[in-house]
Amino acid sequence: MPSKSTDVWVTGIGLMSAAGEGTAAHLAFFDDPGRGPLVDEAGFAPYPVHRMAEIDMTRQIPKKSDLKQMETWQRIGVYAAGLALADAGIAQNPELLSRTHLVVAAGSGERDAAVDAKVLDTIAALGDTQFSAKEILPTALRPTLFLAQLSNLLAGNISIVHNVTASSRTFMGEEMAGLSAVENAVRRISAGQTELVLVGGALNAERKDLLLGYELGRNLWPHPYAPVWNRNDQGGGFIPGSAGAFLVLEARPHAEARGVRAYARIDAVVTDRAERNESGDIRASLSQLFTRIAGNVAPTPIGVLSGASGVQGPTEEEQAFLGDLGARDFTPAVRAFGSRLGHTVEAQFPVGLALAALALGRGRYFASADNDAVEQPLKTPLQRVLVTGVGHWRGEGLALLGPVDGGRIG
Amino acid sequence: MSAELRDRRGRPVVVVTGMGLVTPLGWGAAANWSRLIAGESGINSITRFPTMGLKTTIAGTIQSQTGAPYSAFALALEIAEAAADEAVRQSGIGVTGRFPGPLFIATPPSELEWPQLARLVAADGGVADPGDDGGYQRLLAAARSRRFDDLRPHAAFASIADAVQTRFGTIGEPLSICTACASGASTIQMAMETLRRGEAEAALCIGTDATVHPEGLVRFSLLSALTTRNDPPEKASRPFAKSRDGFVIAEGAGAVVVETLEHARARGAKPLGVVLGAGEKADCYHRTRSKPDGSAIIGAMQKALADADISAGAIDHVNAHGTSTPENDKMEDLALRHVLGERVRDVPVTSNKSQVGHTLIAAGAVEAVISLLTMREGVIPPTINHDDPDPDLALDVVANTARRASVRTILSNSFGFGGQNVCLVLAAEPS
Repeated sequence: MPSKSTDVWVTGIGLMSAAGEGTAAHLAFFDDPGRGPLVDEAGFAPYPVHRMAEIDMTRQIPKKSDLKQMETWQRIGVYAAGLALADAGIAQNPELLSRTHLVVAAGSGERDAAVDAKVLDTIAALGDTQFSAKEILPTALRPTLFLAQLSNLLAGNISIVHNVTASSRTFMGEEMAGLSAVENAVRRISAGQTELVLVGGALNAERKDLLLGYELGRNLWPHPYAPVWNRNDQGGGFIPGSAGAFLVLEARPHAEARGVRAYARIDAVVTDRAERNESGDIRASLSQLFTRIAGNVAPTPIGVLSGASGVQGPTEEEQAFLGDLGARDFTPAVRAFGSRLGHTVEAQFPVGLALAALALGRGRYFASADNDAVEQPLKTPLQRVLVTGVGHWRGEGLALLGPVDGGRIG
Repeated sequence: MSAELRDRRGRPVVVVTGMGLVTPLGWGAAANWSRLIAGESGINSITRFPTMGLKTTIAGTIQSQTGAPYSAFALALEIAEAAADEAVRQSGIGVTGRFPGPLFIATPPSELEWPQLARLVAADGGVADPGDDGGYQRLLAAARSRRFDDLRPHAAFASIADAVQTRFGTIGEPLSICTACASGASTIQMAMETLRRGEAEAALCIGTDATVHPEGLVRFSLLSALTTRNDPPEKASRPFAKSRDGFVIAEGAGAVVVETLEHARARGAKPLGVVLGAGEKADCYHRTRSKPDGSAIIGAMQKALADADISAGAIDHVNAHGTSTPENDKMEDLALRHVLGERVRDVPVTSNKSQVGHTLIAAGAVEAVISLLTMREGVIPPTINHDDPDPDLALDVVANTARRASVRTILSNSFGFGGQNVCLVLAAEPS
């Protein structure tokens, strides 16, 4: 890393999930461990899914023509991006928007189940894949649907709806997409390349085509709800959750010059990708990452917002790594936010950063459930939050956040 | 560090030390180059699947060398590895299986294709229940049988990046990038930035795409983006011609090894060219069209020049995005008039897509490799099928036959659906 680096501040948060929309709704939800889980066990049985709260999309996406061009995952992302821009005081400010760089973590869009049904029935009846696809697709597919499937069109729609135009980058690769996006944004600001970045991701979990992709390879939890730490006896798996999470990251001097208060400071974001050939690879990877960022930090009890998915191997190894933190005198107060909101894949790391910034912005951590063996109370004032991002099949990342004097939420 | 290892702004100079290319014209940079300067076309009638009834029946396809059955995942991976292997070998960097830097890769969408969905359907043999939207309950039941877990890589976005990383042993998290048809250029831009920030000394950049399948074709067809001029196939891609009516989908992979000049010199590697700068600007006008005033693509070009720290007067040649759609070529001409000014009539412009077709996600990387070859060989590959120049365009198109030219600095343009525009400035190797 360069020797002279610029502080990276979180100056805007846009968050929406099963818990509702906005910062206050999420603080209230995480302050009340007795509430929830907000999970639908019937709609996609045997898979529980955390559905998005009822939200009027026109509040951030007023034009019908824009809404029509998007599928749900894009609407969620565009909406959350709009919340973050408004929260940071950038929305409707053409001068700032033209200098705001966009970094998005994306999967891809949604298939039209009705079209797929027609093709699949013909395939079953005639046994000819190519013929039926060719006969049906040209009449049944909508051009707009293809645009809704393109990974980079979440970013494209954010540019169109909110006029964010400095640059636009989309990263892919399941949870690694979120790690890459946040890391790219932070590095560019630290190095003085840019001053303003809107970064985040979105997931619409309420899709059978998405469930199919993840059921292949057995990544989903096919049983009644259980918290992520309590799934190993039955083979583990993740419960998908719909969410949109965007953050406005800003160079400290830029934020100070325009007089905005920050939620938190991002001190470090580090990522890696273990081969995962042997048990212990993930734990070792996380341990090395932590060593890279903990060098200048005095050991102290630390808030850990874990993005653990519940998929067995990675979740067990992350738990072991978190146990190791205690031995390194960083007593962790762990909160697996995926237990409450579901696993949001590409959006998971941004969701974790948003929650960490919220907690630091008001100077108080989230409560733990009284009877929880893993998630212990934080016994000291909140000083730092570690966010973990362990991909359900690949990728490991950590972010370390600290407070900003005169935090955003008093 | 000696002065020449840094640019005028004190940033490390980033050079290319290895290149690899697979396109419908052939496997390997040399095979491609000889056919490029001969003015040949890689576009053919599609034989991979029956096209009867489709409006567009041509494409630039690549035949697998392993004989594996086609899937976008398998073929995109095969050609990415072939291009990367060529680039890594040429650069002589690292040792086999241990590349000393990160991977930046642009890959096509990960999705289950119809033949794969058909396998899941056949597993059950039944017909969808009424009310089972899309028959997905049936597919999920088949997936739960665990007999189809081999399909998982087709649906995982990180799978191509992950396989490439495992093979070449790149360091850290692989970065999978999607800026649509600008993606290939984005990989080089982001690698350049990483090296300038001092986070790595070398990087492997790859763009790959292999999505000539029925749904891929139908999707672009529905956007009215494809030419329907099917006969003869080699005449269909006509960038900057009056009769252009859409692009031709093609498959391809381009790879470059980039490293700091300091790193290359220290290990005695020969630089093949310099990544002088890059610029990007997002459009907020329309999902598939540029702002009518061209301001976003103009902005991307100007930001690339500014980042390269040169004036437009230093550009010797433009490797155009030049898709052969009426819209793109008109807007690119408009933007180049603005950026190059009077020189627009004198700076040779070519579109490799006339010969290769539009390799979509890979295009920016494929065209960066061809740009580097252009400077090394002192020959600009032609824009073929330029029989009827569009009289409304001002560009000096390298029409139909290759042109000898001393080229030191190239602007390479890539514009994507979704309004993502990336321009690279590439220069000849440092003297």
